[in-house]
Amino acid sequence: MAVVAGKAARVAARLKGGGSALPGLVVERIDPRFLAHALSDLPRGIVVVTGTNGKTTTTKMLVAILRQHGLRVFSNPTGSNFTRGVISSMLGQIRLGGQVDADIAVLELDEAHALKFAATVAPTHSLLLNVARDQLDRFAEIDQTAELLARLAEQTTRGVVLNLDDSFISRIRQQLADGVDVCYFGVDPSVAGRLPELQEADVRFEDAATAPEPTSDDGLLKPSDERSFEVVFGDRSVGPLALQQRGLAAMINATAATSMARMLLGEGFDEASVVEALRQVRPPFGRGEVIDADGRPLELVLVKNPAGFTVALGTYGSTPVASMIAINDNYADGRDVSWLYDVGFDSLRERGVAMASGVRAYDMALRLRYDDVVVDEIEPDLGEALSRFLTVYRDEPKRIFCTYTAMMRLRRDLAERYDLPEFGAETTA
Amino acid sequence: MDASGDDGMSGAKGRINLVHLYPREMSIYGDLGNTRCLASRLRWHGYEPVVHPHHPGSELPDDAHLLVGGGGQDSGQARVEDDLSRNADRLRVLVDRGVPMLMICGMYQLFGRAFITVDGRRLPGLGILDVTTQGNAKRMIGPVVLDTAYGDVVGYENHSGSTVLAAGQDPFGNVKHGSGNNGTDRTEGAATANVIGSYLHGPILPANPALADALIRMAVEQTGASFEPGEIDDNVADQARTRQIRRLLR
Repeated sequence: MAVVAGKAARVAARLKGGGSALPGLVVERIDPRFLAHALSDLPRGIVVVTGTNGKTTTTKMLVAILRQHGLRVFSNPTGSNFTRGVISSMLGQIRLGGQVDADIAVLELDEAHALKFAATVAPTHSLLLNVARDQLDRFAEIDQTAELLARLAEQTTRGVVLNLDDSFISRIRQQLADGVDVCYFGVDPSVAGRLPELQEADVRFEDAATAPEPTSDDGLLKPSDERSFEVVFGDRSVGPLALQQRGLAAMINATAATSMARMLLGEGFDEASVVEALRQVRPPFGRGEVIDADGRPLELVLVKNPAGFTVALGTYGSTPVASMIAINDNYADGRDVSWLYDVGFDSLRERGVAMASGVRAYDMALRLRYDDVVVDEIEPDLGEALSRFLTVYRDEPKRIFCTYTAMMRLRRDLAERYDLPEFGAETTA
Repeated sequence: MDASGDDGMSGAKGRINLVHLYPREMSIYGDLGNTRCLASRLRWHGYEPVVHPHHPGSELPDDAHLLVGGGGQDSGQARVEDDLSRNADRLRVLVDRGVPMLMICGMYQLFGRAFITVDGRRLPGLGILDVTTQGNAKRMIGPVVLDTAYGDVVGYENHSGSTVLAAGQDPFGNVKHGSGNNGTDRTEGAATANVIGSYLHGPILPANPALADALIRMAVEQTGASFEPGEIDDNVADQARTRQIRRLLR
């Protein structure tokens, strides 16, 4: 009964062009054990990918690697990462009897919801990416977020992959159940100097526990230049290869996905297949996705916390283009916009910002004013602002930094205007 | 938009020493933005701000004209308590001298008389503000609008402590939207002499320039001079504030 109701809701939501979590909500109300049952029989297990930044990209990469190795993978690649979103995406590929038809599930889950999920279904594997300040109105405190991830790791039954360079994550190894495998991903010492640009040094304190020495089971990122890199496991390596997505953060995500894939595949892990898969991964919607806007590139960059915005400005700051920033303060964006004051916007000063938009457009413009960044226009209405921005800067490359719900709205307008694939249309088994 | 307000007279009106207490440990919710705001506005008004970050173990400058502090995590709070009690007497001297102070969230609690933990332990505070905070399981989270001596003030609260004012202690403002000190008596923050304690992040000052300038006026008066404001275009700040008020008080 639950499956039928959920499928009907999914069709209804599609017709309305609504969000991806609604059909899941219907099923969750009907049968809370739905999820446990549907995922109960996957031969290669259930992998949870979580952490503050990079979940969607890393999940997409891991799924691509596993599929390249011939596995049938169930995933929730729409960036809809709450339990209900998982159920929603599940309804498309469910067998009669209510079980998912796949070899393995790879699920992107929000830190708080990962734990709620684990209470229903114990993950066999977890990949823990990082901890940074994110939507403190939801997670309250960074220490608490780290604690949520540690508790998820404790409930994982077979293997955990941890970030070697994030002390909040690497120290979780002390809390794993007996018999659970652990390995790490991290960066080669040659790039360790660039880590502070990705991390939140100001709220971290010296940790008594030192990071473990990497072994040949641990994947280390070794960039050769701005675009290409290798992932080194002892004396073996994956690559060199170049991703479609730019920046150090994307390379670290690829290293995390590769390390998890190696743990999952064991003997079957094939370096050439990894390279083949990673090369083809397109940036997820809104995560550095490049849209062809009237023959000029428009980059859509999701920003949702200080670390993420700082990384985005570092990645894109070297090529200044006409820029728009759209800040909403709905629940999924984080309702508190204080975090904008923990980001430095100096890299935008030279070129200025063409448009500030979103519900908190004026707060964004005010923030920029304190970094002496000139804002040409302020238009809270997203549709209006996008239209103006695309018209005024029609003949040049453009970039939009936006929070989650602003991104969803802008992506929809852009899809209509430039005939792009529907959001979530990538979900395939 | 002229972001600098700089007429080449920058700093000519005098130097103002601005002390930020524990910027590493107690500034997790963007409260560094208050320091940034005060320093910029001082410059725009024609003064020369000198920002002193005060870290645990370092010396508090004797000639401080303005002090700010922010919110932290419990682990951050634990790291500053010793330094705060070591500097308690010097801070009280500054308060008596009329030095303006803005203490947000965690630092507001530490400037109070005591904090009672969830398990009933009583941790003494500085007692500069006559308030007592009770640790709570439930957090008070959300956008806030206050009615204050500086007009309507907007911000964002995120605290689990529930604070009660002692008899005779003035609040910083009255709650028009949000929870405030404890979610029941409609008071928010506390104000004694030139010391203001509040739970509001946002950070509080950029969108509430009247409050920022009131602190700056008191700071300038600490140097013996009277405040000569410059011309600042606050249209963007006023829009940010009034739009929040309209949304929340609808």
